[in-house]
Amino acid sequence: MANYAWPSRDEAQVIGKKTSRLDGVAKSTGTAKYTYDVNLKGQLIAKALGCPHAHCRITKIDTSPALRVPGVVHVEVLRDAGSEIEWQGEILAVVAAETEGAAAEGVKAIRVEYEPLDVFVKDYDLEAAERAGRTSSGGGRVQTEREPGPNDDEDKFADAEIERLLKASKYVVEGFYGIDPITHCCLEPHGSTVEFKDGKLLAYLSTQNVSGTDDGFARDLNLTASDVEVRCDYIGGGFGSKFAPDYWGVAAARISQKTGRPVKFMLDRDLELKLAGNRPSAYLKVRVGADENGVIQVWDSHHWGTGGATGGAVSQNVVPYVLVPKNYRRRVTNIKTNAAPARAWRAPNHPQACAISQTVIDDLARVMGKDSYDVFLANLVNATNGKADVYREQMRIAAELMGWKEKYHLHGKGPRNGSIVEGLGMALHTWGGAANNSSCTLRIRPDGSVESWCGTQDLGTGTRTVCAMVLAETFGLSPADVRVNIGSSKYPVSGASGGSTTVGGVSESHRRAAQDALEKLFALVAPKLEAQAEQLEAVGGRIRVKGAPQRSISWKEACALLGDMPLEVTQSYRSGTPSPLSSSQVAGVQMAHVAVDLETGVVRMKKFVAVQDQGLVINPKTCASQIYGGVCMGIAGALFEQRIMDPETGAFVNCELSDYRLPRLGDVGEIIVHLYEPDSERQRGVVGNGEPPVISPIAAISNAICNATGVRVPVAPYTPQRVLEALQRRA
Amino acid sequence: MRRQLELVVNGEARRLELEDQRSLLSVLRDDLGLYGAKYGCGEGHCGACTVLVDGVPRRSCTTQVGTVAGKEITTVEGLEHDGKLHPVQQAFLEEEAFQCGYCTCGMIMGACGLLRRNPRPTAAQIRTFLDGHLCRCGTYQRIVAAVQRASRLLQGAQP
Ligand code: FES
Ligand code: FES
Repeated sequence: MANYAWPSRDEAQVIGKKTSRLDGVAKSTGTAKYTYDVNLKGQLIAKALGCPHAHCRITKIDTSPALRVPGVVHVEVLRDAGSEIEWQGEILAVVAAETEGAAAEGVKAIRVEYEPLDVFVKDYDLEAAERAGRTSSGGGRVQTEREPGPNDDEDKFADAEIERLLKASKYVVEGFYGIDPITHCCLEPHGSTVEFKDGKLLAYLSTQNVSGTDDGFARDLNLTASDVEVRCDYIGGGFGSKFAPDYWGVAAARISQKTGRPVKFMLDRDLELKLAGNRPSAYLKVRVGADENGVIQVWDSHHWGTGGATGGAVSQNVVPYVLVPKNYRRRVTNIKTNAAPARAWRAPNHPQACAISQTVIDDLARVMGKDSYDVFLANLVNATNGKADVYREQMRIAAELMGWKEKYHLHGKGPRNGSIVEGLGMALHTWGGAANNSSCTLRIRPDGSVESWCGTQDLGTGTRTVCAMVLAETFGLSPADVRVNIGSSKYPVSGASGGSTTVGGVSESHRRAAQDALEKLFALVAPKLEAQAEQLEAVGGRIRVKGAPQRSISWKEACALLGDMPLEVTQSYRSGTPSPLSSSQVAGVQMAHVAVDLETGVVRMKKFVAVQDQGLVINPKTCASQIYGGVCMGIAGALFEQRIMDPETGAFVNCELSDYRLPRLGDVGEIIVHLYEPDSERQRGVVGNGEPPVISPIAAISNAICNATGVRVPVAPYTPQRVLEALQRRA
Repeated sequence: MRRQLELVVNGEARRLELEDQRSLLSVLRDDLGLYGAKYGCGEGHCGACTVLVDGVPRRSCTTQVGTVAGKEITTVEGLEHDGKLHPVQQAFLEEEAFQCGYCTCGMIMGACGLLRRNPRPTAAQIRTFLDGHLCRCGTYQRIVAAVQRASRLLQGAQP
C-alpha cells in the first residue's frame, strides 16, 4: 500500500489549478443526457393523479373510465378506498399510455370520491397548532455554568438561573425570528424511465444516489439489488431531494413489470413542488443577555416549525447557531401539518438555525449602538467548533472585500437617497463535509490509456472533473488523458451525494487507487531506469528519476511494460477512517450589502461576499461554482422563495414556476467568492463545500436590511410586503 | 388536428404528420430526438425549452408546432459549425457558466437571440433580456460574463 498523501502546493501540477469541467461541451451542445432525455423504444408515458385535498379519506376510486380512454394501457392505483391522504398532491393513481396526451386524458377520467378531514397548515402559529393538537415536543436542553444543588428541582433552578443571568446582563434582546418553508424545486423534476425485461430492471433515474437506489427498486419488485441497474449520467438538480427511487419511481417499475413495456414517468412541475421535497420552517422566540462588550452570556429560546405530515422541526442541537454561550436553555416544538414530508435540503437545519439565531447577534449590535462586525467578533469566544481564529481571519478578509469599514453605519443611521437606504450585514457558518464511502476501479492499459469506474454521480458539482484531476495529478497526465466512468450502480459503490461528502469520498478512492497503481508501475519501470521504485516520479507525461529528470521514459513506454495484461486496481475509502487526504468541519463568513426602498419595501442585492474554507481545493473553478450557487440559493430563500399554502384548505397555491418566485439574473447583484486556503487549511485535505455557502445568506441579508432600515423584518423571505409591514410597525 | 407539416429544423426540412396543437418542445424531443431543449415547467416560465424561431427566442413548450411550420427553427444542436462550437457555447464553456447544465441550452439559445438583435449588450441589457431564464443552480453571475465574452468573440475581438 502506498503512502497516501497530496502533493504540496508547489509540486501539484493539476490539483489547485482552475480546470474547466470535462462535461462542459456535452452540457453546452445538448448532448448531455439527463433522465428526462431518456426515451426507450416502445415506452409508455405515465402521468399521475395527485390528490386535490390536503387532508381527506378516499371513499371511492374508479379507474375504469380511464382504461376506456384510447391509448391508455394501464392504471396503477396507489391509494385505495379507505386511505387517509395527508397532503395535497399525494399520488393516488398512475396512468400509463401510448402518448402523453392519452395519459393526461386518462388521469382526468379517473373518478374519486373524498371525505374531507380537518386541515392544518399554519406552522407559524404555535397557539393554533396547540389548539389543533398538532404539536409534539422535539426536545430541548439546558446548560448553565452554575449547577443545581442536590435538592433543587432542575426546571425551577433553570428558570431562576436564566432570570438571574438576564437581570445581570448589561444588554438584553428579546425577539421573534422565522423562516418559512421552501421547496427544492429542481429544474429537472423527479422521475425515471424504467425497463423491466427478463427478470431484470434497468432504471434511468434522476438521482443523487446511483449506488444506493437499486435496492429500493428491488425490494418492491421482489428482485435482488443485483437484478437492478440504476443509471444517471446527468441530473438537473437534486439539492437533497433525490436520494431514493421514490414511490413513483417504484410505481413506474411495477407498471413496466406488468405491461412488459418501458415506462417513462417524470413529475409535472406542480407535483414536483408539492411532493418532491421541501425544507422545514422555523420560528423562534428568544431572550438573550450580553455583557458590556456584547458577549452573549445567556440564551433562552423556544422554536417551532414543521417538516410536514411526518417530519420534525429544525433540530434544537444547532440553536443557537455556532456561537453558543455558556448558559442557555433551548427547546423545540414539532408541528404536524398537512404538507408533504420535508426532505434533506442543502445543509439540513443549518440555514434556518443561522437565520433565526445570528439575526439575534445583529439585533444586539443595534440595541448596543455598535458595529455589528465588532459584536460578532466579540462573540467568537462562544464559537463551539474550535474555529474562532479561522472566523476572525475570514471576517477580516470578507470585510476588506466588502469595504465594510468604509461603508458601515449604525443601524438605520445611513444616508437616505430618495426613498433608498443601504445596509450591511454578516453571518457565519460551519459544516462537516467529511468524505463519504467510495470505491474506484482503475485500469491502465498497455497502450497507456487510463480508465476509471466509480458508482458516484455528478450533480453539476464537478465530480467527474475532480475524479479526472486526481488521477491525472497522480500519473503526471492531463485530465483529458483519463476516461472517467460514473453514474451506474454496476460500478464500484460510492456514497450518495449529500452533505458535501462526495468530493472527499471520490478524491480518497481515486487518489488511493491511483497511488497503488503507480507504485506497481514504478516497480516495472525501475529496472529500466536503473533506479529504485521509490526514486521515481510521474511528471508531465513521463516517469523519471527524482533529481535526474533526463533519466526518464514516457508514460506510454512505461505502460507498454505491462505486456498483455492491463494493470487493474480497486481501492476504497470507508467514511470515518482517519486519512491525510480528507477531513471535515469547515468555516465560512459571508457579508451582504443591500439597498432597501422604504416606499415599496423592495430589497435589492448590491454586493455579496463569501469567504469559505474547504480544506484543500482540488478544482478552484468548480469549487467557486458551488459557492456562487449556494449564495444564489441563499438569496432566493432570503428574498423570494416561499411555499404559500391556503390556511383553510391547505392548497399549495404557488406550485407553478409562474408564482413560485426564484431569483433571476438581475436579482443577485455582485457576488465575490474567496476560497480560503492557507496552508493550515490545505494540509487538512479535501472537505466538501456543497452545503456551507448556502447557510449564511439569509441571516446576512436580514442583518443588512436591519442595518439599512433600523428595523428587523422578522420572517424570511423578506418580501416587499413584509418589509413594509415592519416599517409600519415601527412608525 | 393531425396534419402534414413541414418543419425546418437546424436548416433541414422535414415532413411530419403531427397533431398540430402539440408543443414544439415535445415534437423536437420525442419525434426528432433533439433533447437540447428541456422541460422545466411546461408553461413558459423557466426558459429551459428556448429555441430560435426565425432567429427570435421562443419558449418551445408553449409554442404549438402548427404555428411554426415552414419557419426556421434553430435548436442548440444546430449551433455548431464545421465541428466547431458556436462562440456563445464556447463562451459558456470558458466562463464555466453552468453547474447541472439543465438550464444551459435554453440560456445559450436566449443569449444567441439577444446577440443577434444587439451584438454588444451591456450587463444590464443581458440581465433584462434573459430575465425569464431560471437557473436553480445559481450560475447567474457567470452567465452574464459568458454572454459578454460571447459578444466579444462574435466581434472577433480578443475575449
Ligand atoms: S419548459 Fe418552457 S419555459 Fe419552462
Ligand atoms: S445550471 Fe443547473 S439550473 Fe442552471
